[in-house]
Amino acid sequence: MNAEMIYGLITGMLFGFFLQKARVVRYDKQIGALRFQDMTIVKFMMSAIIVGMVGIHFFDIFGLVQLLYKPVVLGENIVGGLLFGLGWGLLGYCPGTQGGALGEGRWDALWGILGMITGAGLYAETYPLLMKKILGVGNYGYLTIPQLIGINRWLVIVVFIAGVLAMFRWFENKGL
Amino acid sequence: MELKKNNDGGWSPYIAGGLSGLVIIVSVLWTGKFFGASTSFVRSVGMLERFLAPERVAQLEYYIRYLPKVDWQLMFVIGIFLGSLVSALLSGSFKWQGVPDMWAARFGTNPALRGVVAFVGGVVAMYGARLADGCPSGHGLSGMIQLAVSGLIAMIFFFIGGIVMTRLVYFGGNRK
Repeated sequence: MNAEMIYGLITGMLFGFFLQKARVVRYDKQIGALRFQDMTIVKFMMSAIIVGMVGIHFFDIFGLVQLLYKPVVLGENIVGGLLFGLGWGLLGYCPGTQGGALGEGRWDALWGILGMITGAGLYAETYPLLMKKILGVGNYGYLTIPQLIGINRWLVIVVFIAGVLAMFRWFENKGL
Repeated sequence: MELKKNNDGGWSPYIAGGLSGLVIIVSVLWTGKFFGASTSFVRSVGMLERFLAPERVAQLEYYIRYLPKVDWQLMFVIGIFLGSLVSALLSGSFKWQGVPDMWAARFGTNPALRGVVAFVGGVVAMYGARLADGCPSGHGLSGMIQLAVSGLIAMIFFFIGGIVMTRLVYFGGNRK
């Protein structure tokens, strides 16, 4: 194992620890959010996002981090996103977190892991066909929200955080 | 905002989520790695397939783009399993369960039915994640943190797909 792999393992263990602590890896929590009954996973995710957002963009000012995001390809982001969502609604686990579900004993996640390995193989098999037919449709390249609307990124971050905090407040008021 | 502890001994999702955000910042600062998970399934299936049909793997373009090897991200995904296991065992919340409670309330406790649906869900979800070029970790956390338009679009469609599917699965079903 090289250093990079050890860092990966440690980072994953910390993330897995926090995921389990917040009880967000479970089917009931994941599907609970999609049924608007229990917003625990959204609270977790949005908390991680706003903290990460402030930190990453802060350190980016000093050139200490390398941003590494994905290009906008509307056809792929939308169709792939929808397909992922449909599968997620059946499975109730995510690619990253289902290992965590297995870790706390929810062994039906094993079926999901097998399914995802199969799905990845299927994608590799159909990739040449997809390349010809649909990949690259609606390619707008590397684009951030501040670039898209043409304003300072810190303004976007402040508005985003305000929106998230308002949403949290609403969740708590509704007991979600 | 109320930051009460969950009644089952878990941590507040706001706190665990925020701590995960800090882990992301440290990871990016230290190793340059943003969170992601779905590429690991491509590398995993490539490694498995190499045992069965090495020529095929050498030939498929997708495995040339994503070489079948253990890397930071695959170790990260394995780490999530281990971190969750440690947390579950330490807190006594480990529970060997093959049919989630919410699922059982609607469809009964047959693990085979749950297994088939989970497997199919996994196949569809991973196919979609590869098409979208990311999952809720890569697009959701990492993309949103960087204010990437692709992350925002994918996130929105993950949830749309998920909400539609859970409406279908739990149509007229149980309310907790």
